Amino acid sequence: MLAAFGKNRALVSSLLRGGNGGDGASAAAVWAVSKRFMSASGDSITVREALNSAIDEEMTADSKVFVMGEEVGEYQGAYKVTKGLLQKFGPDRVLDTPITEAGFTGLGVGAAMYGLKPIVEFMTFNFAMQAIDHLINSAAKTNYMSGGTINVPIVFRGPNGAAAGVAAQHSQCFAAWYGQVPGLKVLVPYDAEDARGLMKAAIRDPDPVVFLENELLYGESFPVSKEVLDPSFTLPIGKAKIMREGSDLTIVTFSKMVGYALKAADELAKEGISVEVVNLRSIRPLDRETINASVRKTSRLLCLEEGWPQHGVCAEICASVVEESFYYLDAPVERICGADVPMPYAANLERLAVPQIDDVIRAARRICFRKQDKRKATA
Amino acid sequence: MAALSSLRVAVPQLDSRRTLPCSHFGGAGCEKAFFRCQSSKLLLGAGCVAGEKAPRVAGGGNVRAAVSASKAVTEKPNSGSKSDKADLLVTKDEGLELYEDMVLGRSFEDMCAQMYYRGKMFGFVHLYNGQEAVSTGFIKLLKQTDFVTSTYRDHVHALSKGVPARQVMAELFGKSTGCCRGQGGSMHMFSAEHGLLGGFAFIGEGIPVAVGAAFTSKYKREVLKEEGDMPVSIAFFGDGTANNGQFFECLNMAQLWKLPVIFVVENNLWAIGMSHYRSTSDPEIWKKGPAFGMASAHVDGMDVLKVREVAKEAVERARRGDGPTLIECETYRFRGHSLADPDELRAPAEKAHYAARDPIVALKKYLLDNEIATEAELKSIEKKIDEVVEDAVEFADASPLPGRSQLLENVFADPKGFGIGPDGRYRCEDPGFTAGTAQV
Repeated sequence: MLAAFGKNRALVSSLLRGGNGGDGASAAAVWAVSKRFMSASGDSITVREALNSAIDEEMTADSKVFVMGEEVGEYQGAYKVTKGLLQKFGPDRVLDTPITEAGFTGLGVGAAMYGLKPIVEFMTFNFAMQAIDHLINSAAKTNYMSGGTINVPIVFRGPNGAAAGVAAQHSQCFAAWYGQVPGLKVLVPYDAEDARGLMKAAIRDPDPVVFLENELLYGESFPVSKEVLDPSFTLPIGKAKIMREGSDLTIVTFSKMVGYALKAADELAKEGISVEVVNLRSIRPLDRETINASVRKTSRLLCLEEGWPQHGVCAEICASVVEESFYYLDAPVERICGADVPMPYAANLERLAVPQIDDVIRAARRICFRKQDKRKATA
Repeated sequence: MAALSSLRVAVPQLDSRRTLPCSHFGGAGCEKAFFRCQSSKLLLGAGCVAGEKAPRVAGGGNVRAAVSASKAVTEKPNSGSKSDKADLLVTKDEGLELYEDMVLGRSFEDMCAQMYYRGKMFGFVHLYNGQEAVSTGFIKLLKQTDFVTSTYRDHVHALSKGVPARQVMAELFGKSTGCCRGQGGSMHMFSAEHGLLGGFAFIGEGIPVAVGAAFTSKYKREVLKEEGDMPVSIAFFGDGTANNGQFFECLNMAQLWKLPVIFVVENNLWAIGMSHYRSTSDPEIWKKGPAFGMASAHVDGMDVLKVREVAKEAVERARRGDGPTLIECETYRFRGHSLADPDELRAPAEKAHYAARDPIVALKKYLLDNEIATEAELKSIEKKIDEVVEDAVEFADASPLPGRSQLLENVFADPKGFGIGPDGRYRCEDPGFTAGTAQV
């Protein structure tokens, strides 16, 4: 994380020419330039830009939306996702909070109960563990406990899962924890289109939404259509996306692992294995229909996630497929998950602790009963 | 600061009679103090001198000086002689309103105990007997648009805030006519209509939520430019909560952003079986406010008129936009922590001491001694409340249990939250969904 900070800080100060958020005019000018560039070409944007533009547009459209979290204002966001928002909307709507997760999360819930629409940023979801009581007990359960009279239209967002070299306490994936709770909606965007559409849907949603981003995806660029850049673009919550159609094997995954699955699929295509990649987009509600329809088509399932295996998201997907599509399966369901250890620090161990593209390829061959790459004539 | 050095700081005695001789009204740097005595004469103001304006502020910054002088609670003879009407603390209407509210709280809770032992109520039930002065003293100053958050000991806060006794009783019975349709229960009273934002089982949970509602009040005024009085929020919580991290986080944020919230500590000395003095390094909770630059007060929570005086100041401060107040109310619960608590650890002498300071008895005495009301009027109020509580029980008994379909309802405000069903349509559009036959 320190490395990321240093890089981002250097980038920001070079953009702002020396002031820490000091010159609002130049920051706005930089942003305006990049926005003009975006809408003119409509070609590709980074996930960070997608999130920033989505939050910006929703705050412009509805003055009840406000952002709060650590470093979201003057620092321009710990990961620069909220860059420029303080300059545009002012300190009343972009709040730098003290380091008090439990307190400010509860504050956000209370504000949402009374009618505002907070976007609470956690610097990473690891820190949200200090606030998880409010996420679950006040946010998720209140609509039910109050008999439907008080809803909580709040969005909790922040990076989730492993980054690079940030070790055990900064690398946990929380998709399974939040995905278990009735009353929450849990979203896991992968590319820029997901990020924009799901963030807008989340902000407009009347229920608490846990929005799990990924730090390593923030800087990645993805091509987007003109439609995605439209201010009224939203994606439906609870619908998965088929990123790539195939006929031999279904890989179900979410967030950063979608990229790995797609790369693995490219490799496997050269060997004649046609892989269908399902990007979940939403952990809760889980799109069991898309998953099962895909497995019924291909007869083989491989789930992929970064988090720990026991009681993980993959466990639920496998259970769902075994319950509903058992007779369609030609091979046992398989899951590739992160190693069942706290994240080690050493770079080589970290690589071993998280699924890699090779793991996906090997597993795919195993499921398709291919011992090795059939193209290789030599052993 | 010379006066402070002459104050005896609390050294708790193990017989748990409080030996805090003085309480202190004001923020950092106040030199005068309320002197509080421990007898029931307190209600009549014997021997009490009100705090005056704090002359300066410790630490500077944007901490405002503490409150302006509250009305002096002057000496009043308790021999029953008629006092000058101008010196009375309440008008007749106010006095009767306070009396009625406290009697409602007490009768309701007593009925809850009966119903629990008859099996009509179940789970965790925490009763408020003895603490009525705090609820009535604060909440009767609020409007319907103001907010209250509470703990699991929330029945009486709900009643004071205006939730009908019928709805509260039905909720406790788990019936669909309850204020939360039977889905909340004793510890989770919510009412959007009356501004009751819960009812929280975990201690400290309600505090940030009240601060959030206060934040919204301020936001609506300043950002959304809405007109009208600024709604204030009150968070009620106990002495045990004052050691919890969220409490301090909220004191900081509320004072930092000058939010219209009032933190009310119902210090009844016990957190289940843990004595306040065994768990707290400095038992004087009101002192934690000035550490954050916040105006604080300590008040006798067995005296509804004193509570009301202090509450008025705090509510006015919040409405003006001058920020939060921390108020510690010395009070006591006559029953155990919950109906399942055998209550073996509290000394009988302590219980007897506080039973002698029953707030309802004290108010009744005040009203009669000062000829604000007659015995007959008070009796008729008591009779009316008995009928209200009986009616609430009958209503709750007669109400239906929630239907099977209600199990899946209200998880999400947006019913599509259950996702897409096997037929490709949203699950909530499946006709079997609320009949309890849909698979989720």
